[in-house]
Amino acid sequence: MKLTGAQLITQLLERQGITVVAGIPGGANLPLYDALRDSDIRHVLARHEQGAGFIAQGMARVTGRPAVCLGTSGPGATNLLTAIADAKLDSVPLVAITGQVPRAMIGTDAFQEIDTYGLTLPITKHNYLVRSAAELLEVIPEAFRIAASGRPGPVVIDVPKDVQNEFVTFERWPEPGRAEPQRQPADEDIARVAALLGEARRPLCLIGGGVIAAGAATQVELLAQKTSLPVASTLLGLGAMPHDHPLFLGMIGMHAARATNLPLEECDLLLALGVRFDDRATGKVAQFCPQARIVHIDVDASELGKIKQPMLGIEADVAAALAALLPQLRPRPRREWIAEVAALRAAYPLAMPGSECPCEPYGAIRQSAACLGNDVVVASDVGQHQMWAAQAFPFSWPRQWLTSGGLGTMGFGLPAAIGAALAMPERTVVCFSGDGSLLMNIQELATAAEEGVNVKVVLLNNAHLGLVRQQQQLFYGGRYHASRFHAEPDFAAIARGFGVSACDLGAVAEPLAVLHRALQEPGPGLVNVPIAHDANVYPMVPPGAANREMIEGASHASAA
Amino acid sequence: MQAQLERGVQGNPGASGRRQVAVPAGVVLRLLVRNHPGVMSHICGLFARRAFNVEGIVCLPADDVAGGARSVVLLLVNKDQRLEQLVRQLAKLEDVLEIGHDAGGNAAFTAVAGCL
Repeated sequence: MKLTGAQLITQLLERQGITVVAGIPGGANLPLYDALRDSDIRHVLARHEQGAGFIAQGMARVTGRPAVCLGTSGPGATNLLTAIADAKLDSVPLVAITGQVPRAMIGTDAFQEIDTYGLTLPITKHNYLVRSAAELLEVIPEAFRIAASGRPGPVVIDVPKDVQNEFVTFERWPEPGRAEPQRQPADEDIARVAALLGEARRPLCLIGGGVIAAGAATQVELLAQKTSLPVASTLLGLGAMPHDHPLFLGMIGMHAARATNLPLEECDLLLALGVRFDDRATGKVAQFCPQARIVHIDVDASELGKIKQPMLGIEADVAAALAALLPQLRPRPRREWIAEVAALRAAYPLAMPGSECPCEPYGAIRQSAACLGNDVVVASDVGQHQMWAAQAFPFSWPRQWLTSGGLGTMGFGLPAAIGAALAMPERTVVCFSGDGSLLMNIQELATAAEEGVNVKVVLLNNAHLGLVRQQQQLFYGGRYHASRFHAEPDFAAIARGFGVSACDLGAVAEPLAVLHRALQEPGPGLVNVPIAHDANVYPMVPPGAANREMIEGASHASAA
Repeated sequence: MQAQLERGVQGNPGASGRRQVAVPAGVVLRLLVRNHPGVMSHICGLFARRAFNVEGIVCLPADDVAGGARSVVLLLVNKDQRLEQLVRQLAKLEDVLEIGHDAGGNAAFTAVAGCL
């Protein structure tokens, strides 16, 4: 066979099972786009490379399979960086293919030349600067293998323009790159976990994104059931346990309900599954789970002991570990502990004021959920709306919740929602956003309109960078600065301008009916929800404080 | 430029007219890595990101592989409580094929010190 590098890339992508890619063409990747024209792969034209990166992330997060984004050299590559870094921090399998100036011009400061390899080195699992078309036969399958194996993550492949045009003759296609077999736990370690769980009087399980990545959600539920083990989740673990499971405590950390953070103070054994002890989850780490022995199971060995020294650290796939552990456990009722947790839940439930009213933060989220049902995919941007959604949305299945946890990227929501809708066209995707976040990638409304995706943006609009305003109120003595948007755009008009249907709950007599109609209409839509400018997310653990130090809305208001 | 190279770069000559180099005590890590132009950036970048200093580096192609497709890298690093974490992070790099402590101790660095 004799193909150009560009043809090789497209055909290797097809062999990987890639059917949709998102990107933007430019001078240095035009040979690749020329080859894509002859391919069955559907190309989604984003309006900014960061949008393309997050569209690919949306596809990858909702399916668990590597997804692909494309950008040209120079600004194309630099615009992709945020989406790549975001994928690294949240362990999302992403393959980014960038154009580069021709080999002979590398290092000359050529037009649109940037050191993509150097720039992406610290934010990828691995990266390549491809030096010949023949290398692609190895590099493309390897990139997919790396992105999907172990702890998933992003891989960048930088391909000079002349490599895309270079012909290569080869005999046989390489095998598509697949995830390597997951790492199995040692028998004696699993026996120790079983013994520790048997001895523990007040055990608690903390689940994170690693549980979802491993496909271990069902096993976690079995484990909880069998040994009467209450389960709390990190932001990225939400959805792995159904929200209404009697043993599920909700999200821990900075904006957790008291009923979630307090049992962590009491537990004597913490079984940490696929988590990395992020500071937003643990609060002051020295005081996190102060009474507990910790068993930490993670597929990434470098996470064991990185933040919190476990009594027992096990480098293994969570699903493999639970498969080995479950048969070794005897049913335990733990009536006292369960009753204690239930009492905490009864005494300190999450307060969700206004949850009946669609024009209040909790109400917009709860009423959208009630209207959309269980099958909906939920994307969020970053800020107060993200925390309200994490607290209040009734998540019920893994990969239902797409949010930027580690990097906390404003602008994530809309393009990620578009990606999810492209990967799951049979589902509706709702994107909870804020006015600050939405403006960071609002150009992707054009992409949504063009693709006709079933994405509903529910915009909690407080004319502020709300979480910044909240921190200035609580921790900077109310000295507000640069957190207020004095120009308040008409988001419904903007959406309509992009060809997206829109409504404004602030301008209608029956907001609930209008919300329902908007969410049920097929195709992309935007619902502007004006909310109080001074609405805060509570409880809140001050940054750097222990998780037990939660500021409550009402108590804080009375103290102030 | 050429003249400058021939004169040598001006530095702080020691008593002997040469720079004085010392081999600090520490741990020597021995890495077997893929030999390509980006591999040292991956390794040094990791150390820089995690704010961990490398005191000495010796790197040559591995002679057991034709064409020098792999290299051996000796890293002299300070013994620090974060070292184990660093080793685990190093082990995650795709280009790092093997990692271990060097049995030869500081010998390679002592030999290099004589040439500097």
